[in-house]
Amino acid sequence: MTGTILGAPDISRAITRIAHEIVERNDGAANVILLGIPTRGLPLAHRLATALAGIEPAFDPTSRTGALDITMYRDDLHTQPTRTIGTTTLPEHGIDDSVIVLVDDVFHTGRTIRAALDAISDLGRPAAVQLAVLVDRGHRELPIRADYVGKNIPTSRSERVDVHLTEVDGDDAVILRRGEDA
Amino acid sequence: MKHLLSAKDLTREDAIRILDTAAQMAATQEREIRKLPTLRGKTVVNLFFEDSTRTRISFEAAAKRLSADVINFSAKGSSVSKGESLKDTALTLQAMGADAVVVRHWASGAAERLAASGWMHGSVLNAGDGTHQHPTQALLDAYTMRRHLSPEPQGAGLDGLRVAIVGDILHSRVAGSNGYLLPTLGAEVTLVAPPTLLPVGIAARPELEVFYTLDDALDAHDFDAIMMLRVQRERMTGGGAAFFPSPEEYTRLYGLDAARMARLPQHAIIMHPGPMNRGLEISAEAADSPRSVIVEQVANGVAVRMAALYLLLAGEEASA
Repeated sequence: MTGTILGAPDISRAITRIAHEIVERNDGAANVILLGIPTRGLPLAHRLATALAGIEPAFDPTSRTGALDITMYRDDLHTQPTRTIGTTTLPEHGIDDSVIVLVDDVFHTGRTIRAALDAISDLGRPAAVQLAVLVDRGHRELPIRADYVGKNIPTSRSERVDVHLTEVDGDDAVILRRGEDA
Repeated sequence: MKHLLSAKDLTREDAIRILDTAAQMAATQEREIRKLPTLRGKTVVNLFFEDSTRTRISFEAAAKRLSADVINFSAKGSSVSKGESLKDTALTLQAMGADAVVVRHWASGAAERLAASGWMHGSVLNAGDGTHQHPTQALLDAYTMRRHLSPEPQGAGLDGLRVAIVGDILHSRVAGSNGYLLPTLGAEVTLVAPPTLLPVGIAARPELEVFYTLDDALDAHDFDAIMMLRVQRERMTGGGAAFFPSPEEYTRLYGLDAARMARLPQHAIIMHPGPMNRGLEISAEAADSPRSVIVEQVANGVAVRMAALYLLLAGEEASA
């Protein structure tokens, strides 16, 4: 099964549902900080923040959202061409004792999240870290699971999942492509 | 990029990439935990054939903040003082598994020799060779200027800025590197020095304008940054008198004092690569004024060297 798996309305519904789950799980959003992992986790975090503010008007979407660049914590740096380092921005008061919801687009091997957890532990000591992803495509290589999933998509390893977001790509879609060696 | 040998080799894209990376590195240095795991398992050797405090400490701090192992090797008290050649030293470092060698040498071209020789596989970073090049110093100078003088630093060059470099251009590898890097980034460079302290052939570089006294230069331009160079007495063989009549005259014609500082535009920054000869090329009023960024240059040096080490060492090794 290849082609467009999620369209713009599906993505929007998934974000709204995840926002409700976050509020339910944490008894509100008072203590929640959303950290998006660049590139596409960042606009997703902002959309989630807007959705949370719609549910809990006291939630300030701009001051409770940040970006977490994990480049310097990756475990595959020496096998790839040199990567450009992105920006990390945190809420003004830091992350200590808050509930961090990491936001990423595709959840695959779990190595990105492993790097993100290391990055977080260098930045402070949150009360808890949760993970929200738009797509879970399986093939985990580490014992990590997501707390909030937009859509589970069974894939083979050779397939590719491309997430398009308006902020980055000009349109909203999740597309499954056959891999080159399949 | 495999080596960082000369500012002349850097394209505008390379230079801006290093400065942008340095900005991200600087941001990590404001955190409580400043150490990053990025270069875990890599070994960086500081190979210093010439005395240096700030450059060696700066490279050591940069490598350690990125979790690399650092080995300090100074010629004093080592086998070099027993007559070992650069080649044998390099072979020793290769055998120890050095991933990068930061080299400071009294001979111009030593870093290039080390990089081109095939004696070792690691990356070579030139931390000053003779009177030739000192690229990380020029990069930290450019970073400091961009941070203070560019409204939107990220991704920007130094376009339209006018920079004066004053003093001992002849012996200065800092000027040697800035003379290439600053024009590459779009800045206009004015050199101010007595004719005896200018290198031969400087007239053949149309991008560099030359004045023979600081007052003439200050009359001609509104500078955005002024960089005072140290008078390098140790390189003036034959005595300082061979290059200018007296220290007093040098100070009178080229020294930055309060009166000359007042003639700079309000936003202009005062720079010095250190160590300073207070009272010779720069007065205490100028060195300690709020417009002086001399101490900040040192802090920025760590971020820029972290960026250089990251860009040379973090990627896959095949990219020779």
